[in-house]
Amino acid sequence: MITEIGHYALVLALVVALGQTVIPLRAAHIGDERGMSFAKNASMAQFVLVLVAFLALMHAYVTSDFSVENVYQNSHSEKPMIYKIAGVWGNHEGSMILWILMLAFLGALVGLFGGNLPPSLQARVLGIQALIAACFLAFSLFTSNPFLRMDPVPINGTDLNPLLQDPGLAFHPPFLYLGYVGMSVAFSFSVAALLEGKVDPAWARWVRPWTLLAWSSLTLGIAMGSWWAYYELGWGGYWFWDPVENASLMPWLAGTALLHSAIVVEKRNTLKLWTILMAITAFSTSLLGTFVVRSGVLTSVHSFANDPDRGVLLLAICIILTGGAFVLYAWRGQAMKAGGTFQTVSRESALILNNLLLSVILFIVLIGTFWPTIAELMTGERITVGPPYYNILTIPLMMLLAAVMAYGILLPWKRGEMKTVSGRLKWAGGLTVLFTIVAFYLSGFRNILAVVGCLIAFWIMLSTLTDIALRMKLFQIPLKTSLNRAAGFPRAFWGGSLAHFGIGVCILGMVGTSLWVTEEQTIMKPGDVIDVADYQLRMERIEILNIANYETEMATFSLLKNGSVVSIVQPERRWYPVAQQQTVEAAIQPRWTSDVYVAIGEPRGENNEARIVRAYYHPLVMYLWSGSLLMAFGGIVSLTDRRYRVGAPKPKQASSKPASSSTAPDAIPAE
Amino acid sequence: MRKLLIAAVVACLSLSPALAIDPEEVLEDPVLEERAREISKGLRCIVCKNQSIDESDAMLAKDLRILVRQRVAAGDSNEEVTDYVVDRYGEFVLLRPRFSTQNLLLWISPIFMLVIGAGLAVYFLRLQKQPEVKVAPLSEDEKKELDRLTSES
Repeated sequence: MITEIGHYALVLALVVALGQTVIPLRAAHIGDERGMSFAKNASMAQFVLVLVAFLALMHAYVTSDFSVENVYQNSHSEKPMIYKIAGVWGNHEGSMILWILMLAFLGALVGLFGGNLPPSLQARVLGIQALIAACFLAFSLFTSNPFLRMDPVPINGTDLNPLLQDPGLAFHPPFLYLGYVGMSVAFSFSVAALLEGKVDPAWARWVRPWTLLAWSSLTLGIAMGSWWAYYELGWGGYWFWDPVENASLMPWLAGTALLHSAIVVEKRNTLKLWTILMAITAFSTSLLGTFVVRSGVLTSVHSFANDPDRGVLLLAICIILTGGAFVLYAWRGQAMKAGGTFQTVSRESALILNNLLLSVILFIVLIGTFWPTIAELMTGERITVGPPYYNILTIPLMMLLAAVMAYGILLPWKRGEMKTVSGRLKWAGGLTVLFTIVAFYLSGFRNILAVVGCLIAFWIMLSTLTDIALRMKLFQIPLKTSLNRAAGFPRAFWGGSLAHFGIGVCILGMVGTSLWVTEEQTIMKPGDVIDVADYQLRMERIEILNIANYETEMATFSLLKNGSVVSIVQPERRWYPVAQQQTVEAAIQPRWTSDVYVAIGEPRGENNEARIVRAYYHPLVMYLWSGSLLMAFGGIVSLTDRRYRVGAPKPKQASSKPASSSTAPDAIPAE
Repeated sequence: MRKLLIAAVVACLSLSPALAIDPEEVLEDPVLEERAREISKGLRCIVCKNQSIDESDAMLAKDLRILVRQRVAAGDSNEEVTDYVVDRYGEFVLLRPRFSTQNLLLWISPIFMLVIGAGLAVYFLRLQKQPEVKVAPLSEDEKKELDRLTSES
């Protein structure tokens, strides 16, 4: 019964979404106020309906209702409760519902808190948002309906993939989806602006918080996925330039570019057309990612579902939404007039360069991801575009980006002097070289790329600190006055600084993990000792245990340093009988400076307790995760900036139109 | 979610994703072994998705690793080993696509984009500079008004 209510609510949501598309867009066009205000209520109704559908599906999972085909295929009665819940979005149909739920939620937020938007803009934003929702609701209902029943009812489910029974993975899709879907708001605002025919600094203020939310969430989602790959896939890598990873990286790159160009629109009233283009690109690449993963176009084995009908429909949605936006852009884009002017050496120019570099990196990822498909269509030959391609092309651009960034944050708006900024950066530059020399003195020289990576990382971190110190007038005025100044900085400044610093920390982590790694692989039996970098690893015992819904072979190792035990590590090999699948749980001993990573494999040799053992010494991995966290946290801090909370002042042009009837004091939610 | 799918593939194809290289495969000579690993890292495991044979556990990857080591031990140069494998399995095994006519666009277009983008940016910056300072000087009345305003504060 509850399942049918969910199904029904989903159908109703589609009807509401269709109404919310047609009525407000038409009303905004002819200036009908009642029609425009319909959008607000519809957005909330739509959210409630999708929520009901989502909860109904969750109910089916929690109660293990195997009469629902989707539950039967993706769950099992003996699975831990938390993974039953995570199972809702652990499959194509359920994850689509989560996707739509987030879309509806953001739409409802725009409806609820967008009271100080010009009514016609709000109506148009919500109309576009509903159009996206309608496309995906229809897609879900007609091709991927999770509420279908089956008869006869099976006794038990076929389990969830054991690899998904992991906290890192169970909770990484929601963040990723919030990131993808969050870009839809910037997209809707851009299309609405094109329909309205104007973009002004106030528009940028409305768009930025949504983009920040999406970007932070996407950053976390990518980092969590990467973290999961690191400890669960079991060979210590964290990024493979895989098409599905690239699919999440593309919106992140576009979103990063958008965040930066929106600042220029907000502060200087220029670069409007470009910002709109980036907003459209950010969501288009999100859609592309959704399409790629679910259609099987790229590499059939990655995809959620190989149903060609789904692929064709998703492609149609992509074309309608993005194609429509780009046509509108070409047609109406001319109407946007640039405002403020600036000199060649200025923060504006640095941000333009930033956007240029990010776009080219985005293009490289795009062409690299799709080239095998294009090449196969053109020549019939299959080729591979792997990590070396991306590394060769993107690393130089990233280096350039890092160099520009240091200057960008120190250059003033409108016009600046290269000489002044270089002078200010001389300490940062000197310390960067010094730190790098110290780092390589301590670790020993391995290769030139590590040196470059280190230089970039320190350069980014130190120039960010320089910027903060200069603004505090540190060492120029008494310390207490400096601290007072710092306390008064806008949150957006702190957020930006945190994110920039985080990038530096991240790069340091990347250098550490990929370039200073040492690895040992050998056959060990209890009592054997091997050296792993500065540590010794002693195998103690091996045992078989039965836990929850799996059976595990657990090895116990002592990690020693200078003869004394530092810690105990217990890598496992698990066997999930229901899914008939084996997983490897590497044991990781995380430390601030390095991880020791141990995994066990198959038995080898005469002794039945002997196992293949692979041990890694991964320096600085922690920096990779903490850097990503810093970036996401920076985004959130920036989001809480006062000027987004109290709402943007009304644009001058809007004053001629009747004010919105219900003006909420809080323009944009600050979560 | 997406990672899961890669993992699922990996898990299906092999039982223990953690351990690609079997200690028994390793060559005696560390210099040759180092070269073999270097070559392996550039070769794709054909049945896996985007994994090099160095990382993969699939049987086919193992066979290829052994093949690479045999060729290295037989005295082939790195290029010769790679060519040997490409001859048998096609360019699909190369993780780094060749700089050939059919891949020209793949390698050139990013550079092309960068140049065009930079050109457009420079053009835009030029446009920005022009409308600078063509403001008529203040009239006497305006100057007086300005003085009045500044002295007030």
